[in-house]
Amino acid sequence: MAAPGILRRQSIDVPLLVTALLLTVFGLAMVFSAGQTDMPDKGLETLWQRQLAFFGVAMAATWVITRGSVRLIEWSAWPLYLMACIMLLLLQFLGSGAGTAASTKQWLTIGGVRLGQPAELAKLATTFMLARVLASQRDTVTSMRELWKPLLVVAVPWVLVLATKDLGTALTFIGICFAMLFWAGVPWPVLLMLASPGISLVLAFSTGVWGAWFLILVALVLWYRPYLLEGVVLVVANVVMGVVAPVLWDKLKPYQQQRFLVFLDPSVDAQGSGYNVIQSQVAIGSGGLFGKGFTLGSQKRLNFLPEQQTDFIFSVVGEELGFVGVVVALSLFLALFLRSTRIAVRAADAFPSLVAFGLMSAWFVHVMVNVGMTLNLMPVTGIPLPFFSYGGSFLLVSWLAVAVLLRISAEGRGQADALGL
Amino acid sequence: MARVLLVAAFTTLGGAFFRAQVLRNEEFVLRSESNRLREVPLPGARGIIYDRHGQIIAENLPGYSVSILSPTVDSLRSALRSLSRVIEIDSAQQVLAVRRFRAAPTRPAVIFNDASFQVVSVLEERRAEFPGLIIQSAPKRYYPDAQAVAALVGYTGEISEKQLAMPRYEGYKAGQQVGREGLEMQYEEQLRAREGSRFVEVDARNRVVRDNGVRAEVPPEAPPPLRTNIDLDLQRYAHEYFGDSLRGAVVALEPETGGVLAIYSAPSYDINRFIGGVSSSYYRELQEHKYKPLFNRALSGRYPPASTWKLATAVLGMELGLVTMETHQEQPCTGGYYYGRVFKCWDKRGHGDISLAQAIAKSCDVYFYQLGLKIGLTRLLAGGVRLGFGDSTGIDMPGEKTPIWPASTAYFDRRYGPRGWNRSVVLSLSIGQANNSQTPLNMARFYTALATDGYAATPQVVARTPERKKLFDLSPEQLKSVQLALADVVSRGTAAGAQVQGLTIAGKTGTAQVPPEEDYAWFVGYAPADKPKIVLAIIIEEGLHGSTAAKVATKLMERYLKTKLTMNAVPTD
Repeated sequence: MAAPGILRRQSIDVPLLVTALLLTVFGLAMVFSAGQTDMPDKGLETLWQRQLAFFGVAMAATWVITRGSVRLIEWSAWPLYLMACIMLLLLQFLGSGAGTAASTKQWLTIGGVRLGQPAELAKLATTFMLARVLASQRDTVTSMRELWKPLLVVAVPWVLVLATKDLGTALTFIGICFAMLFWAGVPWPVLLMLASPGISLVLAFSTGVWGAWFLILVALVLWYRPYLLEGVVLVVANVVMGVVAPVLWDKLKPYQQQRFLVFLDPSVDAQGSGYNVIQSQVAIGSGGLFGKGFTLGSQKRLNFLPEQQTDFIFSVVGEELGFVGVVVALSLFLALFLRSTRIAVRAADAFPSLVAFGLMSAWFVHVMVNVGMTLNLMPVTGIPLPFFSYGGSFLLVSWLAVAVLLRISAEGRGQADALGL
Repeated sequence: MARVLLVAAFTTLGGAFFRAQVLRNEEFVLRSESNRLREVPLPGARGIIYDRHGQIIAENLPGYSVSILSPTVDSLRSALRSLSRVIEIDSAQQVLAVRRFRAAPTRPAVIFNDASFQVVSVLEERRAEFPGLIIQSAPKRYYPDAQAVAALVGYTGEISEKQLAMPRYEGYKAGQQVGREGLEMQYEEQLRAREGSRFVEVDARNRVVRDNGVRAEVPPEAPPPLRTNIDLDLQRYAHEYFGDSLRGAVVALEPETGGVLAIYSAPSYDINRFIGGVSSSYYRELQEHKYKPLFNRALSGRYPPASTWKLATAVLGMELGLVTMETHQEQPCTGGYYYGRVFKCWDKRGHGDISLAQAIAKSCDVYFYQLGLKIGLTRLLAGGVRLGFGDSTGIDMPGEKTPIWPASTAYFDRRYGPRGWNRSVVLSLSIGQANNSQTPLNMARFYTALATDGYAATPQVVARTPERKKLFDLSPEQLKSVQLALADVVSRGTAAGAQVQGLTIAGKTGTAQVPPEEDYAWFVGYAPADKPKIVLAIIIEEGLHGSTAAKVATKLMERYLKTKLTMNAVPTD
């Protein structure tokens, strides 16, 4: 183990740092480009400068975090988690929405000033907390009952986030949860059984498909033989989900139903909710192999592309830099994730390993959902793209994650398979 | 395991981008182009219409059109609202603009086809307030002699929704100009303005961001001019003569070719006021006018041909060998003829015992009653059909009405019932009355055969190969005698008062009874009598007697022939 508290020069994880820096610079350039339109908008034009300022703050915070030990993070998990939950709770009273998500309560707002999005902090805190709980679980998990602690850790902020109507972030919590359970060695049948009610909910729209899924589930239960009670609860839960889904669908707000229908076919509402996705596809598709040139995307310049500085910033990449630019951006993300996975593998022990994998998976969910959304592979949930989308607290949190990874990497260098994987 | 999943997920994502950006690239490029580029039509000029001497009948003047690009009807409405605060747009124009937009939403909706200079300068000044506003030059139609040629050329107007649905106007777009009536309509395909186009770049809210240079402009093309057989000077002269007081029609043809020298209908109207949209007050005025100026009397007016038709009776009688110009009838004219009842001659004093030539000159009804009886009803009806009195002429103009002529006695059975008529109708028919209504155009056509060799020429406004059709079978001597008789009409007959110094004119007067109105005056003839250059048919409604028409006709013919002489005197090099 490396000497704690001292980050020696040679122990900096250069590939991780460089990849993250490249992504940030790339993102800054795209935020700059997003401000270049034919109908000049002062607010948009200067965003990149503000983003640069946030980056400065983020770098300072990163430097500070890398000073501290992983143990410090482990110790601070509880207070951070509690603070995040309280802030999420406060959103119910002080929350406000912005932009396309004006009806939500994502922003902590005091006296009309938007201070930040507590959900971003909650993601970090929950990752730490979950890592802590899972790391303390010595025995291999074989039943769902044994997972009540980690599940509760995720459930509390998840419910609070859902209460702010921020569907995208809520989805991220589920992603983090499953990724970390997987990393902690929970057997896949258990994970599958855990996920089954959710799967039932989605598949319930087609009775035939749901029926097939239900048979598979019953087979799985019979083969894996969980506790009787667990098995019964599971089957009942799936039946209930299958039955309530249509009822639940009716209970959804029209705009939520619309979002789902538009995801299946954007042209059902080409001028309304499908407009964003269609224009994004057109922007990306018309970019071709080499793109229309940096800052020269016509879809963006002429305001056909919505939210080009936040949710749909990747469409600008596709339009202006073409397939080549997209491959470069995606490769950088893949490199970042592979490096993070490597850090998780080589971490000193279970806690940092789980934290590293959790942070990576949070990013992963963001990238998949955001980038997928621009091509209508994912429903439009309005979650931002790490390092690219304009937004102070999000950039800050992304770099905090980088800092934590750098620290874990420094402490765990050379020691593979901390979890015995 | 985790790494494999990561790589797989990113490969899938990359694949999706490859599909959109490389495989489906063209489709999306097209869509992004149609997003940002709006085609703005560049209105072209219609073909110029010339008369036979190269004088302009219809041309184009520079004008301006004002249109606006809007994404939706609502935004168009709000744009119109804000425009109406700056310039005057009445509600009818607003409704029209919305209708134009609905018919072609991707094209700029035309607000003014022909905007005044003042409107254009006001809008140019405040252009920044109205994104999407497009002001451009749009040639507008102009007729230098509008009143003189109204019945001939017609006018242009915006294409109607009904027309857009017609196969003839396939490829036309809402807001475009199309010929209405007359030559403008007949030769629409040749005269049609060949629209050009340019592209402007718009943003998501349809605001024009870049006006030019976005993509190469396609300039409008000028169609070749339309050359006609018309003599504009004669048209003008006819208009001058009819003035504001007379009403009727004139048709002048070249006897050999059928080339139309003039088509005029009075009262006339100002077709220039129809360009860019006729005002409803002017249109109403024309529609409610007592004498219906919009009615083209030359082609659509059907009048009893009266005595001008007696030549048909004469020709049929000569063809059958019943008469020559020297033949006298059994009964001399004593002012009337008894056939079941008394049929009067127009001259109560009677014409006495006269030959056919004299009967033509004096227009004696009694002579023709007897000739008609000899020909008999069946042969007269069939002969009339053969002479073309039951058919339209086939002139290259829209709106020609088919004359009324009973093809056989079945016509009377149908119309009055088998017992509702008797064969004495042949008397009325042989003097051009009863169930016989001819257009001035058709009468002129018949006289082209009398003026030449028995062949009638199809009237043609636009220069083409002449089409001639044999009407009757008379020997050259017989024809000559008919022509001499027609010349006598003017030299010492019913049109003697219309003589012109140094010009021999042949023709026939007619006085049609159209109760309760006063009699209508006809003259159909040609000049010079020995070598005809012009055949002219004229009708003057309530002109009282054919001699009135003859006076106008001879003046017109003189005018045409004299100017023709001067024109020919100019050496052509």
